Amino acid sequence: MKSSIHMTRRRFVLGSLSAGAGLSLGVLPALDLSADHHGGDVLDEVNAWVTIGSDDSVTIRIARSEMGQGTLTGLAQLVAEELACDWEKVTWSFPTPGDNLKRKRIWGSFSTGGSQGVRSSQQYVREGGAAARMMLVAEAAEQWGVPAASCRVEKGVIYHDPTKRSLRYGEVAAVASRQAVPMEVALKDPADWTIAGQPLKRLDTLEKLDGSLVYGADIQLPEMLVASIVDCPVMGGSLKGFDDTQALKMPGVKAVVPVKTQTGTDGVAVVGTSWWHANEALKQLNIEWDLGPNAQMNDASITALLESGLDASEAFNGNWEGDVEAALSDAVTRVEAIYKVPAQNHAPMEPMNATARYTSERCEVWCPTQNGEAALAAASEASGLPIEQCEVYKTILGGGFGRRGAADYVHQVVAIAMQFPGTPIKLQWSREEDQMHGFYHPTTMAKMRGSLDEAGNLTGLHMRISGQSIIAGLMPQRLVNGADFVAFQGVVKGGLNPGMDDHQMCYSIPNLKVDHAMRNPAVRPGFWRGVNVNQNAIYLECFMDELAHKAGRDPLDFRLALLKDKPKAAAVLQAVADKGAWGSEDGLGRGLAVLYAFGSYVAACAEVTVTDGELKMHRIVAATDCGTAVNPQQIAAQVEGSFVYGLSAALLSQITFDSGVVQEKNFDRYPSMRIKDMPKVETIVMPSGGVYGGVGEPTIAVAAPAVLNAIFAATGQRVRTLPVARQLASA
Amino acid sequence: MAKLNLNVNGVTKAVDVDPSMPLLWVLRETLGMTGTKYSCGIAQCGACTVHLDGQPIRSCVLPVSAVSESTKITTIEGLSEDLSHPVQKAWAQLDVPQCGYCQPGMMMAAAGLLNSKPNATDADIDREVTNICRCGTFQRVREGIHLAQDIMKSTKA
Repeated sequence: MKSSIHMTRRRFVLGSLSAGAGLSLGVLPALDLSADHHGGDVLDEVNAWVTIGSDDSVTIRIARSEMGQGTLTGLAQLVAEELACDWEKVTWSFPTPGDNLKRKRIWGSFSTGGSQGVRSSQQYVREGGAAARMMLVAEAAEQWGVPAASCRVEKGVIYHDPTKRSLRYGEVAAVASRQAVPMEVALKDPADWTIAGQPLKRLDTLEKLDGSLVYGADIQLPEMLVASIVDCPVMGGSLKGFDDTQALKMPGVKAVVPVKTQTGTDGVAVVGTSWWHANEALKQLNIEWDLGPNAQMNDASITALLESGLDASEAFNGNWEGDVEAALSDAVTRVEAIYKVPAQNHAPMEPMNATARYTSERCEVWCPTQNGEAALAAASEASGLPIEQCEVYKTILGGGFGRRGAADYVHQVVAIAMQFPGTPIKLQWSREEDQMHGFYHPTTMAKMRGSLDEAGNLTGLHMRISGQSIIAGLMPQRLVNGADFVAFQGVVKGGLNPGMDDHQMCYSIPNLKVDHAMRNPAVRPGFWRGVNVNQNAIYLECFMDELAHKAGRDPLDFRLALLKDKPKAAAVLQAVADKGAWGSEDGLGRGLAVLYAFGSYVAACAEVTVTDGELKMHRIVAATDCGTAVNPQQIAAQVEGSFVYGLSAALLSQITFDSGVVQEKNFDRYPSMRIKDMPKVETIVMPSGGVYGGVGEPTIAVAAPAVLNAIFAATGQRVRTLPVARQLASA
Repeated sequence: MAKLNLNVNGVTKAVDVDPSMPLLWVLRETLGMTGTKYSCGIAQCGACTVHLDGQPIRSCVLPVSAVSESTKITTIEGLSEDLSHPVQKAWAQLDVPQCGYCQPGMMMAAAGLLNSKPNATDADIDREVTNICRCGTFQRVREGIHLAQDIMKSTKA
């Protein structure tokens, strides 16, 4: 049964790709393709979220993107819970951004980032499931001539116990949409959940096990041509010219075309029948570039820019209490340290790609995107066609991590497709292109200053962040009087900015200042899984460890004393300390970290040894209090995965620039953790109820500082400039 | 261009291709078998892993002309016909994939290891499964390999 449903969905996904042109009639894709479902069964829409076939199969529409983070399954669980259907019969589909537009954004936002997938849509998707259930019940009750309130539902079957009658959802779904849409719905108490909250298997696993899932990179359309592109290697530069004589002689090469877009990219693409040949042909073009104003930029110039912010008199305030300068001058002990975190690229396993078909009447795009509506807007902007004449078909993403919120590659593929009207063009970036044209996690520095009294209590803390503002680079309209409050994720003052209360600093420190000297190098910044909590947690939590040691205090006790006002933060920290055998004398170096970010309290306790300069991470115990746990086993998967992503960056990789050009062009120079590097991760999911906190990103913040603090415990060596790489001293 | 016969998942496929084209692109573009993935193109990440006579290799740097007619090529599509390979069963049971893009290569690396070392230890896994997964599924990959070993043993018993 299960596998036949998966087969059905597979056909659906492929169908929506191949039937692209048919969708221009304004017919909803799921209805348009209903004949494809179970060999001709009728698939009926109960409401925007739920369609049910006469065979009781339930298709739940998922507006947010799936990039591995499990949101697809979590959202389906929430809808199915309120729908009270049989989970074994649940499958899913993606509504299109164009349909969302036509239906007045009935599915809400398609944007998938900021660990928002579940938490910012859970309310309305649960309401959608509940409303569908009420309409199905109302239909059955009407057919029976009984009050709806006298009916009950269990696993997709409606019962009227007094008359011992029952109807399956599939028997009433076809006409249930005629029932009035309920104006008010009562949602279940999570304590009563049987589908949501359970460690269910993902809905998208099986097709990932036999190569049948079609990623954006795998799309094949009739008459399609493929393209490889090279953009100016220096941001802000432009294409001067190229010689395509050799390239055009290569097998399958059809054309060499300049590609300039409104997003500032300026390059050249080879279009042909084989991507490998197109990509090889690119190397034969002898391209001339005008490298533009940033061709002198290198790591030394960027570092000098950041260093100029460490003691600058002007900075934006993100958190303050008391008088930190007075506390520092009165200190019995003053501690000071400077940290530096390098730039990173997202480097999802599937390099950027998109497919487009353009005619003078219509522009269609197939792509892996974290923001279907932004991709749709890009298709419209790039093609010059009204947005109503554009459409985007989303695929599952081969990784996103924030990179695929941008639509630069959509602009590019549409620009190419416009030169081949009617012919679908698949643009596939090489790994090198993906590395060299990222939206990079900015490099930042911090100067930390702390004051301790005679008893070793923290009396004052100044955290000066110096570095690039992602908001200034990508959405300057969101700056507040010039300030970027997102720069203060995890360390911000509550009530300061409405969007930032999910990121408040946990510690209560009598004299405190956290400020940001904005220093923006000519690098395109981006939202990278965890965004600014990555470095902020390293700065804060490594320095807390330094302060505790200077104070002669146990780092756990030192922190707990400052967490008296935040019992949930103290609880996750105590949980990892307990399970992580904090305080044992067993030869392992242990380190702690705790943070509140994306609405969740998270902590980690790492265990390491260092032998002859080689770091071995034995185990990391992690805890997360995300308020409400929608799928605990997927939360554990996110914790495990976020640690690999965060620790790859902290330990191994960095993006550097020379003459304005990224130097790490592939995985040989941009290393990523492999299985041999993976510590055992033990995840404690301890939801305390009420809210829905984020899951995909918060825990990434605590992995690196916990490991860095454990390295100190094991060796006495503080590594303050990342990545750790080969810095650990040999004994 | 060269006319070649390739034995892919037990079926002989006649192709007329540039002999220098890597096997990966012959599979993906000439034969339309897109389960095997492109990710780095320089044999660093293993997303393109397929088996030649049961042994895992990185197909993104292997010219198709280096693959003889008698060599048995196995891709993720041919690991089993019905998700019944022990690695596929174990991966399903543990919900190993996240984004899943690296998993065809990861699973072929795991299956290749189990072909040569049915009793592979953690040290064997560390040495021979060197694929990159940016989602960070390694913990479940390791558990999955051990579970696949158990499944293989229980199937034989």
